[in-house]
Amino acid sequence: MIGKRFWSLFAVALGGIYFLLPLAGMVDFSMRMKRGEYSFEAYRIVLADPQFQQTFLYSVVLALLTIVLGILLVVPTAYFVRLRLPGLRPVIEFITLLPLVIPPIVIVFGYIRIYNTSSILPLTGTWLGTNLLLLFGYATLALPYMYRSVDTGLRTIDIASLTEAAQSLGAGWARILTVVILPNVFVSVLSGAFLTFAIVIGEYVFAALLNVNSFGPYMVWMGGNRAYEPSALAVVAFAITWACMGLIQLVTRFSKFSTARR
Amino acid sequence: MTTSAASLPAALRPRQLIHWIGVAPFFLFATLFLILPTLNIVIGAFRNPQGQVTLENLGKLLSPSIRSAFWISIELSLLTAALGCLFGFLIAAAITLGDLPRWLRNGIITFSGVASNFAGVPLAFAFIATLGRLGFVTMLLRNWFGINLYGSGFSIVSFLGLALTYLYFQIPLMVLIITPALEGLRREWREAAESLGASGAQYWRMVALPVLWPSLLGTLALLFANAFGAVATAIALTGSSLSIAPIVLFAQIRGDVLNDPHLGYAIAFGMIALTAIANGIYILLRMRAERWVK
Repeated sequence: MIGKRFWSLFAVALGGIYFLLPLAGMVDFSMRMKRGEYSFEAYRIVLADPQFQQTFLYSVVLALLTIVLGILLVVPTAYFVRLRLPGLRPVIEFITLLPLVIPPIVIVFGYIRIYNTSSILPLTGTWLGTNLLLLFGYATLALPYMYRSVDTGLRTIDIASLTEAAQSLGAGWARILTVVILPNVFVSVLSGAFLTFAIVIGEYVFAALLNVNSFGPYMVWMGGNRAYEPSALAVVAFAITWACMGLIQLVTRFSKFSTARR
Repeated sequence: MTTSAASLPAALRPRQLIHWIGVAPFFLFATLFLILPTLNIVIGAFRNPQGQVTLENLGKLLSPSIRSAFWISIELSLLTAALGCLFGFLIAAAITLGDLPRWLRNGIITFSGVASNFAGVPLAFAFIATLGRLGFVTMLLRNWFGINLYGSGFSIVSFLGLALTYLYFQIPLMVLIITPALEGLRREWREAAESLGASGAQYWRMVALPVLWPSLLGTLALLFANAFGAVATAIALTGSSLSIAPIVLFAQIRGDVLNDPHLGYAIAFGMIALTAIANGIYILLRMRAERWVK
């Protein structure tokens, strides 16, 4: 069985070359701005660029708002469906799968058609409206991930007993959801949240077509106009993706630990 | 749960109302920002500017430029889906069945999670920095091996370049989906096959692959849809020099080209139809696959 192990290592090594070379290339290129030496010049320029600070901050805030909106939409729905409306489950699962089936570019095209300045709800006409539309669009993109994580979290706790216990102590629905259910599925909510963050932070198509100058369009603009800075941006984006996935693993491991203890 | 509802029959009705109010925001949101926008596009694809029902827009999809854009998109998606499945399967097989150390397996799974989400604009930049005209690998090949990549006709801004880039998120997605399926292959099946005198190849051909077949085909469909809907990577990589369906639609919406919204509807409808078919196949086969993989 030496052969099996050899071929496995061979496959993994080949994969490793393919997957690590672009990372190496991106890091290497991002540090070549000064001729003849490695430097962090490109990073310095990017980080000091007011456009970068502005668009990045904007995207971070938008990602956080998306997470809040996602939680508000998904947690009560998943809770009531699990507890009292199980008949709705297939419908909800179908709806939350749709954003994976319909290409995002088609969804945003629909937004532009429905919410343009000559419609009943002219969201694209104002600054606030456009930003809200982008927020709603990102919440839509995040639905599959958010719903799946929260629903998985709800499955692991006994929501019927928790609800009855809270009700017998006189809690209303709002109180049950915020004080009893949410803390119990917090870890699952966090995994969904980090995934949402990773998706929203560099999103391009929605932002570009709604004419919002967020981090995604900024990166594309840099790509068309500069040589070394885009690689620095790619390194930053990769670090963010890596951090989000790492945090998901961390919180899941933490949750396994705490349930085992209980 | 049923007892508490049964013991309070009088309170049932107002309570039920509360439940529906609890899920109402979700439905309102999904209707306004997911279902209506999509329906608008689908209906628009079958209407002319005067609002009459027509198949004229869909007919425009057959014009040479649009047809070739769709065709390139389909080829690109099929190629990267097939290669993604193949290489992803090999890596997944290596880490599940290949006696590799545990840390290597976990590392690869974690990395796959990151890489499958590392799509879009930054991925394009990484590949330009690697295989672009002055990229890392391009220079490496030239300086160390004397191979002039661009002299041989290769370009990152091409079908091949785009395919190489797409594989960066296709392969990890395959690894993530197929690893649980491979782990679901029971050791007893292999032992049973061997005790009946089957060779390794026979076991794979007659036992393992038939069990895995729905998963494999289903994932192929999912990867196809995944590549077909990817826009940002392609735009950041090629600008608009390569005409694939999502880029043509992007340009249509932006109003860069001839401004005919109903042609845009038709292209969008074509994209929905293709990804819906692919995802439908995925979901159907996935349900079949789950009979075996528990």
